[in-house]
This record gives sequence, structure tokens and C-alpha cells, in this order.
Amino acid sequence: MALSAHRSTATTLLRHLSAATATIPSLRNLSTDSANPLTIETSVPFTGHKIDPPTRSVETNSQELMTFFRDMALMRRMEIAADSLYKAKLIRGFCHLYDGQEAVAVGMEAAINKKDCIITAYRDHCTFLGRGGSLYETFAELMGRKDGCSKGKGGSMHFYKKESGFFGGHGIVGAQIPLGCGLAFAQKYNKDENVTFTLYGDGAANQGQLFEALNMAALWDLPAILVCENNHYGMGTAEWRSAKSPAYYKRGDYVPGLKVDGMDVLAVKQACKFAKEHALKNGPIILEMDTYRYHGHSMSDPGSTYRTRDEISAMRQERDPIERVRKLLLSHDIAQEKELKDIEKEVRKEVDEAIAKAKECPMPDPSELFTNVYVKGFGTESFGADRKEVRAVLP
Amino acid sequence: MADRFLKKIVRLRSQNYTCSRRTMRFSTTAAGTEEKCLQQTQSGSKSVNLFTAINQALHVALETDPRSYVFGEDVSFGGVFRCTTGLADRFGRHRVFNTPLCEQGIVGFGIGLAAMGNRAIAEIQFADYIFPAFDQIVNEAAKFRYRSGNQFNCGGLTIRAPYGAVGHGGHYHSQSPEAFFCHVPGIKVVIPRSPQQAKGLLLSCIRDPNPIVFFEPKWLYRLAVEEVPENDYMLPLSEAEVIREGSDITLVGWGAQLSVMEQACSEAEKGGISCELIDLKTLIPWDKETVEASVRKTGRLLVSHEAPITGGFGAEISASIVERCFLRLEAPVARVCGLDTPFPLVFEPFYMPTKNKILDAIKSTVNY
Repeated sequence: MALSAHRSTATTLLRHLSAATATIPSLRNLSTDSANPLTIETSVPFTGHKIDPPTRSVETNSQELMTFFRDMALMRRMEIAADSLYKAKLIRGFCHLYDGQEAVAVGMEAAINKKDCIITAYRDHCTFLGRGGSLYETFAELMGRKDGCSKGKGGSMHFYKKESGFFGGHGIVGAQIPLGCGLAFAQKYNKDENVTFTLYGDGAANQGQLFEALNMAALWDLPAILVCENNHYGMGTAEWRSAKSPAYYKRGDYVPGLKVDGMDVLAVKQACKFAKEHALKNGPIILEMDTYRYHGHSMSDPGSTYRTRDEISAMRQERDPIERVRKLLLSHDIAQEKELKDIEKEVRKEVDEAIAKAKECPMPDPSELFTNVYVKGFGTESFGADRKEVRAVLP
Repeated sequence: MADRFLKKIVRLRSQNYTCSRRTMRFSTTAAGTEEKCLQQTQSGSKSVNLFTAINQALHVALETDPRSYVFGEDVSFGGVFRCTTGLADRFGRHRVFNTPLCEQGIVGFGIGLAAMGNRAIAEIQFADYIFPAFDQIVNEAAKFRYRSGNQFNCGGLTIRAPYGAVGHGGHYHSQSPEAFFCHVPGIKVVIPRSPQQAKGLLLSCIRDPNPIVFFEPKWLYRLAVEEVPENDYMLPLSEAEVIREGSDITLVGWGAQLSVMEQACSEAEKGGISCELIDLKTLIPWDKETVEASVRKTGRLLVSHEAPITGGFGAEISASIVERCFLRLEAPVARVCGLDTPFPLVFEPFYMPTKNKILDAIKSTVNY
């Protein structure tokens, strides 16, 4: 693995200084990001389509790297816990796990703000967490409890967080892509100076809707960033079996694209920052995130019939996004091995606590079955034997 | 006689809502074509589940017609429900192949393939995903023959899709969209209730010269097990079947819902109500005569389906029977269906037309 990180001499100096003098607080407690900047090179260069790719050198700092580590470890732990809860039948419905792909959610958040919108498909737990969602809301929603982020009415595939621009959680493959263009149009119309990240998988990349959406986005120069999370398998179908050209970043034809190592959180951050600037000035761009999911497509897929166990373990060993950051932290002497282990323990505890709390949360009231079908103010009511019909009285 | 084939142990779908395992048996009384069909084929049969029966039908279809093809998302690996297991190995990947994830493309492609005189057997992974292909089905497939003055057709097209609840499927893996397609002249809609039915009906659909949407009750893929003849047989389309004879009320349903209705009938019988249960099998064009004859006898009708009640196919049955049997009806037609809400995740037990809801409706209709 090419962990080609450059140690910044300034940082090393600073670190030595801080170690030497008691007056300077420990690096990790520094609240100002600029205090200890680092420049780290991405694992591989970006590849551009009809655009000059950004530089491989990513500006970061020790605190950001620690945050990356913690956030990704939290996501990883959360998904593994969701796996157990599903097997214990506490989570019902369909459940798609994100472990392996954490760098995409985390890197993207590092480059944008909560006024930028994100819309994704059904593999949405970690995107929700990245947008500021809590573990409690996540597990409550997964288990269909009333404190869940969608009041327990959505379940695994339908997470939303309106106040931080997370438009969810969509069940039908590719259906969210045109929606993302609509969001971007509104942003442009309102002169918001914000962009929309529309995430879809390599499977969805073959849906006709993507190309309809791309054309509109390009025609009207919308600040739409289409992020293809290429985990290389659309359910059980390898990308090359279903796509004539698996170079998804090129498939926008007239829309520029960028291929990014989606297992490298810094590369993702760099690409998203670059894409946002580009989209605000010039319109849509495609980011293909080369990533990998460790779990099967959903809980009913063991994930090992259409790919080899060797492939999965090689990916874990060589490209794991968390391990990459761990190595960076160690090699830059930002944290010790033990400290990182402690973080992982802490994270595990947080997850367990959230689950315990979520288990205590009641299911939504049965009357909720009839709410939100139509606007309440329109006089929706249920009636008849068993209240089996819904009447919506128009004003 | 056909009872032998229809004996089955089904872990009833109501288990999630009520309780336990039960033994289910459809007692068949309808004679005629179907029974003859079965008589001819009693040579060899095995107890298999519904997905295996579908798999057998596809094997037969591919074997008996070299111009038949099976395609869809993940089908060459056997499909998510294992319905297409072994097909690619046996018939080759040029006849059994995966498509990209593009439902509109799958159906449109199937129409073209069928228009060249082939039998195109397309799979949509879940009925909930069929809507991107709705335009192709409604505007292209259904009207091809009519608008070309019979020069072209896509009669060889059969679209298979698993439908219905499974107990915990949530919004996008549980819906029953049959009524949308019943509004489209030019296509047929067929739904089997059991493995033996599934095999015979699917083969009929594949060989029928009209485009057909074939919905498979996914709840029963593994749960429903019965004797299925191993060889090639077909069951007639547009013929309903009286699967339980009775004199006080007629119940009409299709697919997985029939097992729930069957339980309600048994319960009602304990209270002295004799129920006649009809499996419609083909939703369009449907067998009005069988239903009408039954309602003329019993004077009462109850229709039940999982899809929301408003605009469901139960409404069409109800209206048609009221038109035909108005003076024979002794009570309003009862409909026990899904609620007029999106298919819910945590509220599925409330949403579903359960045995008790049907039983209540049977009682109130009979005591009207």
C-alpha cells in the first residue's frame, strides 16, 4: 500500500515544541485547526474526465485526522451492531450496511457544510450520522421506535434529517438522482451558493433516470454533484457484468468527472471540495468514488457467493479507510496505538448505550399509521370499521 | 382426487400476527379441465416449495421451446429468491442472462425480443420495482397488437415479479400492485396460490399468445409446500377455481391471501357458517361466471386482497357482481383489504387483511 504521506516539518517541529514545553497544550486538545497543519498526499492521483484534476496534496491537520478516525470507527461499530440486531430480529425490513465505505460519508462532510444538501439511496445509516444524526435516533429508527429520525415509520432505508440538508433515504434504485437535480435547481434559483450531493451506486448508474437527470443538470448548469459510490457490485452483479463502461466518472459524456479513491478519506475530502467549487461556477460534475462494501448487499446476501473471501480480506488489509487513517496518525506521531484502541473502546460503549436506550423506546402509536399520508391540515382522518380507510378532505 | 396434490403444510402467513404453525389444506372440488390436466400427469410428483415449482416451470419452458429466454437482475446466479437456479448452467448464458439494473430497459427489451417471435420471460426482482417499467408495460406491451392492426405483438412476453407482504418487508418490498395492471386492456394478470398452481399457471402464461404480468406470492416461496407433478403441465387462464364449497357466503381472493381466507373459512365453519372460497387466479380477463354462479347460490360476497382497498381489484369484482346479481344479494359486498396508507414497516400487522378481520366481515355479512 502506498501510504505516501509527507511529514510536514513544521508540524514535527511544533510537536516537539509542545512536548517540550508545558505551556503549550497537547496537540489533540488544540481547538484551532490551523495550529498544526499537515499536507498529506492521496493514495493515488485523481483521474479527470474533461477537467483538470485537483492536486494530490491534501491540507489537513492532526485534529481533523483524529476526528476522521473516531467518526469512521463509530460508523463501523454502528453497522456491525446493526448486523447483530438484524440477526436478533430487532431490526426488521431490509437493511443495507455501509461498513467499508465510511471514508465517503466522512470525507464528504469534511469538505462541505450543512447547508449543502445530500440525497442518497437506501444505504443511508452512515450518511445520516455524518450529517449530525445521533446514534440513538439511528438505532431507534432501525428498530422502528418512535424516537427514530423518521418517527420509526421509515426504517433502515428511510433516514432523513431536514435541518442539516439530508434528504434521505430512498428505496428505489436510482430514483433519488433526478430529485437531487431538483434540489440543486432550487439552490441555484435561490442564489444559495450551496450544492447538492446526489449519491448513487454502480448498479444505479445503469438506470435511465441518471441520464435524464444529467442532461437537465448540465442544460441548466445546476450545482449538482453526482457521486457514484462504486463498490463494484450492484447486489450480486460485478460492475463489468452490467456496465459496458465501468468508468462511471466518464459516463456523463459532456459532464466532467473525477475518479477518486473512495477508501481514502483525504482524497474524498479533496475531491468534494474541488467539486463544490466547480459546481458553483460551472454546473454538474460526477465523482466516482472507488470504494468497497464489506457486508453483502443487504442482510439476506452473505456477500461471498459472487466474490471471493480473499478479495474481501485483501481489501480489508490493503485499502481499509480506518486503517489508513490509523497508520497516518501513528506515522505522524499524532496518537499512540493505545490511544486509538481506547477510542475504539469508547465508540463501542457509545454504540451499546445507544442501543440499550433505543430498546427502551416505545413503538410509535398505532394512530401514526394514518398520519402523514396526506397533509394533516387537509383534514385527514381514518374512519370505518377498524379505521381502515383514510379520508382526505380538501380545503 | 386433486386433493392429493393440494395437501400442504404451510407455516401460515398469519404467524407473525397471531401465532404458530398450522396445517393448511385446500380441498378442491372443481372438476373439469384442471383435474384432467392433473390426471394425465400423475406419473411423478414431488413435494416442493413454491420457488422450486417456479424453477421447474422455467426449466420446462426453456427445454420445450428453444426460442425462450429468461433474463432479469441477478437471474443467472439463481435470482434473489432462487427461482432461476441452475437455468444458466443448463441452458447457457445466451438464453439465461443477467441484465443491468434497469427495469424500464428490461421490459422494453423483452417486448422487442417477443416481437421477433420469441418467448421472453423477464424477471422484475420485486413487484415494487416494476414502476419504472410501467410505461413500457402499459403503453408499449399492452397496445402493440391493437395499434399495429395485428401486424405486431409481444404475446411471448411474460413478466414475473414477486409481490406482497412477508411480515417485515417495509415500504418497498411488500406492495401488491396488481390493480394498476388490471386497468390495462391488452395484458393479462395472473397470480398463483400454491406451488402446483404456480408451475401450471406459469407455463400457461409463458405459452399464452398475450403479454402477461405474473405476480408470485413471495411469502409462500419457501413456506408453501405441496406435491407438484414433475413433468410439463398447464393450468387454464381466466378460469377461477372453487377451492372450498359452501352455501352461506362466497369469498374471492388470489395468491397468498387465500391461505388467510381459508383459515377464516374454517373458523367460520365452527360457528356454523358455510363458506365457499374461490381462487380467481387470473385477474384480467377474470372469470366472472364462476364468481357469479357462486354468489347466486350463496347470496353474499366477500373479496379480500392485500393492496389498499380504494381502487383495488376488489372494487371491480364488487361492482361487477352487484351489476349481475343485484336481486340475489342479501347483504352488501364486503371488502377486507389493505388500508389506504402506504405499505407500512412497523404497522404491518395493523395494515394487513388478517384472518380475524375476514372472520368479522363474514359474520357481519351473513348476519346482515
